[in-house]
Amino acid sequence: MATREVRPSDPGIDPKTGEFRVIGQGETFKSITEKISRIVLTPHTPLGFLAFFGIAGGGATVLLVAVTWLFLKGTGIWAVTQPVAWGFAIINFVWWIGIGHAGTLISAILLLFKQTWRNSISRFAEAMTIFAVVCAGMFPLIHVGRPWLGYWLFPIPLTMNVWPQFRSPLLWDVFAVSTYATISVVFWYIGMIPDFGTFRDRSESKIAQYFYGILSWGWRGSIRHWMRYETASLLLAGLATPLVLSVHTVISFDFAVAVLPGWHTTIFPPYFVAGAIYSGFAMVLTLAIPLRKFYHLESLVTERHIDNMGKVMLATGFIVAYGYGLEAFMAWYSANHWEAFTFWNRAFGPMGWSYWTLIICNLAIPLTTLWSRKLRTNIAYMFVLSIIVNTGMWFERFVIVVTSLYRDFLPSSWGTYRATKWDYMTFVGTLGLFTTLFLLFVRFLPMIPMNEIRMLLPAAKIKPKAAAGAGD
Amino acid sequence: MPSREGTYGLLAEFDTPGDLVRAARQAHEDGWRRLDCYTPYPIEEVAEVIGFHRNRVPLVTLVGGLMGLAAMFSMETWISVIAYPLNIGGRPLYSWPAFIVPAYEWTILWAGLSAGFGMLALNGLPQLYHPLFNAPNFRDGATTDKFFLCLESLDPKFDLVESKQYLESLDPVSIVEVEY
Repeated sequence: MATREVRPSDPGIDPKTGEFRVIGQGETFKSITEKISRIVLTPHTPLGFLAFFGIAGGGATVLLVAVTWLFLKGTGIWAVTQPVAWGFAIINFVWWIGIGHAGTLISAILLLFKQTWRNSISRFAEAMTIFAVVCAGMFPLIHVGRPWLGYWLFPIPLTMNVWPQFRSPLLWDVFAVSTYATISVVFWYIGMIPDFGTFRDRSESKIAQYFYGILSWGWRGSIRHWMRYETASLLLAGLATPLVLSVHTVISFDFAVAVLPGWHTTIFPPYFVAGAIYSGFAMVLTLAIPLRKFYHLESLVTERHIDNMGKVMLATGFIVAYGYGLEAFMAWYSANHWEAFTFWNRAFGPMGWSYWTLIICNLAIPLTTLWSRKLRTNIAYMFVLSIIVNTGMWFERFVIVVTSLYRDFLPSSWGTYRATKWDYMTFVGTLGLFTTLFLLFVRFLPMIPMNEIRMLLPAAKIKPKAAAGAGD
Repeated sequence: MPSREGTYGLLAEFDTPGDLVRAARQAHEDGWRRLDCYTPYPIEEVAEVIGFHRNRVPLVTLVGGLMGLAAMFSMETWISVIAYPLNIGGRPLYSWPAFIVPAYEWTILWAGLSAGFGMLALNGLPQLYHPLFNAPNFRDGATTDKFFLCLESLDPKFDLVESKQYLESLDPVSIVEVEY
């Protein structure tokens, strides 16, 4: 789509506010219900979907192969060794968890702030969160080397009488990530219950009626149920909000609590959280732009959404920039020899290319162009930009993990890091798994919350009797 | 135990949320208490006019959250001080600041689970069968674009003929008698 001039006469613009419309003109309760439920309830699966599904499934198979080989041979097949003992596994873990954060931010924080534009994108952003956490959660488990002993992480009464050590941020992580995953699933599922009721009532096939009927728990839209439901949604949003802030904070503790130069900084928690939201919104754009195109949802996911997400990225991108700046400043201001060397080595050492990649992808390109509304509403540009930011954020984690480790305190223990094909296969494999899960979600579950969209329609406005009689 | 035979109630269908609010307000003012409204999305005004102002989901959530907090904090203390004391860099065994993070996470976890499942339990769900699903127009529209008011036969004012006439005075699109 080419860049378009924004004029007040544009049908996408609300003349009252001068802003893009949240929902396209002329939509009714029936039309949006029809539009969204048709995607799922049609017995016909589009060929394009099957093609994508085949590719994504191929990716997921690569993951299966890589992880099977890992279990047979051990973590020696990866490039992790001394001094770089944390490699791709932790980079990918942090990257995936970060991506999930935008989903929770959209579904929880924007709900509390009554940003109703979020309604169209909240459901698939939540789905993105859950699938990203699935991919993320796998990495620490396969990284422990003996994943069949993964249950040692939990406080379970074992015959050995050994208990976990609660003073370690690594254990805090177990609780932070497992809570995050559980609450995200509950929030997501509770949100879908009324829509499952709609699917049950609208599906033609008996199997679908049973399937969605059971998933809906027999939802019938009683106003008393709705009010409890609204209270619960609001409470879940309130509870998920501190989670958005705490999960990546706890993950940053894994680094910040260590005494390594490059990790031992107090800026890490806020900078990790902002980076998480930054990359998460990039991922929402990466998913939303093709989805609205293929499923013709332009009137539900409008330019307003793309524009607003661009603004959120601009804001969080600047927090990230502040984080980078402060890291550089502290390297100088701390007057710590090791800290200064680590920073210099990051930017100008043998792996300096990774640092400059992240500066270009995360700061130079997005933070200069996102100011322009023209570019923010240019769909093709935003899609490309979202991929650039995702790449940049992956490199950010690469820089944090690898370049802080490979130059140890003593030059005699210096090493390097070169990822093996198994590292790459595992990473590409999680991309495949994520896409597979997301495609299944789009095919079988309501990807846009119908009940929340209905509230935004003009027909949902309650008119007093007299005015209705006189006006119509 | 209510009887499972005969009429469940009379179901009136409306086209707009405004019509439903007016009808529900009228019915509530006229003394109907066993009535319910069914809408495809939450409408606060409807709940207000039928006198449903408050619910117990927040209380359930609070209790759940406090239980999670207490459970995790006491478990951490028990493990670190009594069950498996470890000397980590000479720190005290009861190093409570380090226990805050998991306790905080479990507060959220238990509160969230209580909010979600507590809401469903208070709603009496799962309930896969309900007499209203027998009404053809209910299945057609209640979760899409129609607004319903149901006067239930359990209300002492309920009388099949008179209540039907009463509902007609509220100007609905249609009235259906719902069987158990």
